Amino acid sequence: MNFLNDVIYGAANGFIYAAVALALVLIWRSTRIVNFAQGGMVMVTTFVAWDLVVEHNQSYWVGLVVAMLAGLVLGGAVERILIRPVENGPPLNPVIVALGLLLVLEGGAGMIWGNNNNTFPAQFSLVYYHAGHQVILFNSDLLFVVISVVVIALLLYLLFQRTPIGLRMRAAAFNPEVARLLGVPVSRLLTLGWALAAVVGAVAGVLIAGIPGNYVSPNGFDGLLILGFTAAVIGGLDSPIGAVVGGLLLGIVLQVLDGYVSNDIDSMFVLLLLLAVLMVRPNGLFTRHQERRV
Amino acid sequence: MADVSALRRSTLLRSLLIAVVAALVLFGISELVGEYRNSQLASVALNFCAIAGLTVLIGRSGQVSLGHGAFLFVGGYTVALMLKHHTFPNSPTTNKLFILALLVAVAVSAAVGALAGLAAARLRGPYLAGVTLALALGLPELPTYSHLSGWLGGHTGLVVNIPNSLDNVDFARWQAWICCACAVITLFLLYNLIHSRVGRAFEAVRDDEVAASLAGLSVARVQVLAFVVSAAAAGLAGGLYALTAGQVDPLSFPLTLSLDLLAASVIGGLGTLSGAAYGAVLITFLPSWAQDVSGLSATSKVGANLPTTIFGLALVVSMLLLPNGIQGLLSSITRRLRNGAAPMHRTAFGISSRAGNLHDREDT
Repeated sequence: MNFLNDVIYGAANGFIYAAVALALVLIWRSTRIVNFAQGGMVMVTTFVAWDLVVEHNQSYWVGLVVAMLAGLVLGGAVERILIRPVENGPPLNPVIVALGLLLVLEGGAGMIWGNNNNTFPAQFSLVYYHAGHQVILFNSDLLFVVISVVVIALLLYLLFQRTPIGLRMRAAAFNPEVARLLGVPVSRLLTLGWALAAVVGAVAGVLIAGIPGNYVSPNGFDGLLILGFTAAVIGGLDSPIGAVVGGLLLGIVLQVLDGYVSNDIDSMFVLLLLLAVLMVRPNGLFTRHQERRV
Repeated sequence: MADVSALRRSTLLRSLLIAVVAALVLFGISELVGEYRNSQLASVALNFCAIAGLTVLIGRSGQVSLGHGAFLFVGGYTVALMLKHHTFPNSPTTNKLFILALLVAVAVSAAVGALAGLAAARLRGPYLAGVTLALALGLPELPTYSHLSGWLGGHTGLVVNIPNSLDNVDFARWQAWICCACAVITLFLLYNLIHSRVGRAFEAVRDDEVAASLAGLSVARVQVLAFVVSAAAAGLAGGLYALTAGQVDPLSFPLTLSLDLLAASVIGGLGTLSGAAYGAVLITFLPSWAQDVSGLSATSKVGANLPTTIFGLALVVSMLLLPNGIQGLLSSITRRLRNGAAPMHRTAFGISSRAGNLHDREDT
């Protein structure tokens, strides 16, 4: 039963990692950039929600929606102002710009909200369910997490597969040059992609902040970026379904390791998992092999 | 001017000259300034070791590391562990154990660097960046692991027994000397390295892996070597940190440290040792400059976060407008001065690579 509980609780957390991974995959597919500032952007939007909900007694939903809007604006602005100039340069440049942005966001958030660890209240009950006398490590709050992420994933799927704008976004990612020739406003769609990714990240941030043991603080989401990145890498960075599967796997494996080895060194486990995956498949588990260009 | 042309020909002579001049200048500074400035000088020197190693790795071998703080962690803890049970007797001149501790720190972090390099040699671009980022978050967590916390001191960390100073030298100055000596040695070794066969191999692999391997280089071996060299320098910096701070704990090596080191090497000018020196000065003095200029105390919300913010802004701005960093700016200015009234497009040449290649820089 312990093991089953670990799987249940780990999978529920894994849904959040999956959401962050989805955000990373969205950006990777359209611009071939891993957004290393994702953790910082999630941190800022979560702080916005925290400010409204905790400091100004607004409802949870107001906080969540405003955080999503903040993500939309932030994501779009970051792409337009910072990423656009380095998009076509060597691959190291956007990484460095993103890290600079991360430092600015962490410093800025510290200036506004301080460097304390703040708790974020969960919207739904944290009391674990029971099956007879057996406690199950699942509660209404985690159910809300699972439903939210599933809804996000479905909406993204519908957007990309069933709408004209999704078709254009896929075309822009697949071959920007040809898409532009065919009248697709590629640059605007790239901005939209970043904005959408930041919205997904914003939801993930508010969701994880509500789970006990997590705090809202300027560097509190550094680990979440690595978790999302690892989940995305397990899935292969290119595959949204892979990202979701990777997130779930990662959540479960981490929770099981926590139970059987130690819960002090989560980041160490993530590092080892990431290395293990990459040593076996340097481009992720779910991608087809890509030749390096000469 | 026979001696000048000899300098031009011989890297060894040139590097010796640079090292001697640097040592004299540093010695002069440490003699002139007081205790507080000497402790800052020690910080500059140890930061230089770490940044020089990182800048060679990224700028010369073309591999990125977002997690160099992890190697400082290894070096720092190695020194702390070696000196844990050792108290320094009052006659310091007979006691050289701390030098041995520093050497072991370099060796251990080089070994960790070799492991990281073996992984890195298989990885490219964002994958390598992600793994090194995970390294910076994961490795400093080790001391809190319940089975290791007894040995590594857990959250409270380890106290380092600092060696006594020489009889007639005050303590901060003594520490500054140790750090500066290490920085000068690092400068000397790295300067010779990047102007040797090995350095050219780094650049060949950076510029085109396929061409490099066609030319008979083992790409993976070169990349691992670059990681080993870089990690060794960072380990030395970590060891010096332990010696000067007197204490190491998991929070001494946060992710921001790794990002600050990266920022310093980019802002200084990737791949150049003089750039590393500018970066080291910047990273050390920025917090106090930010305070002096803004007039805010380091305990206020804004004051405490000002250095990080400025560093991030400087990193973004330098990447967008000045991809060759301070070193690139200075060399383009000197070129402009030397060329006098040369037409603009010639002097703008160095800047024309702004949208282009981070690796595209000249050796000056």
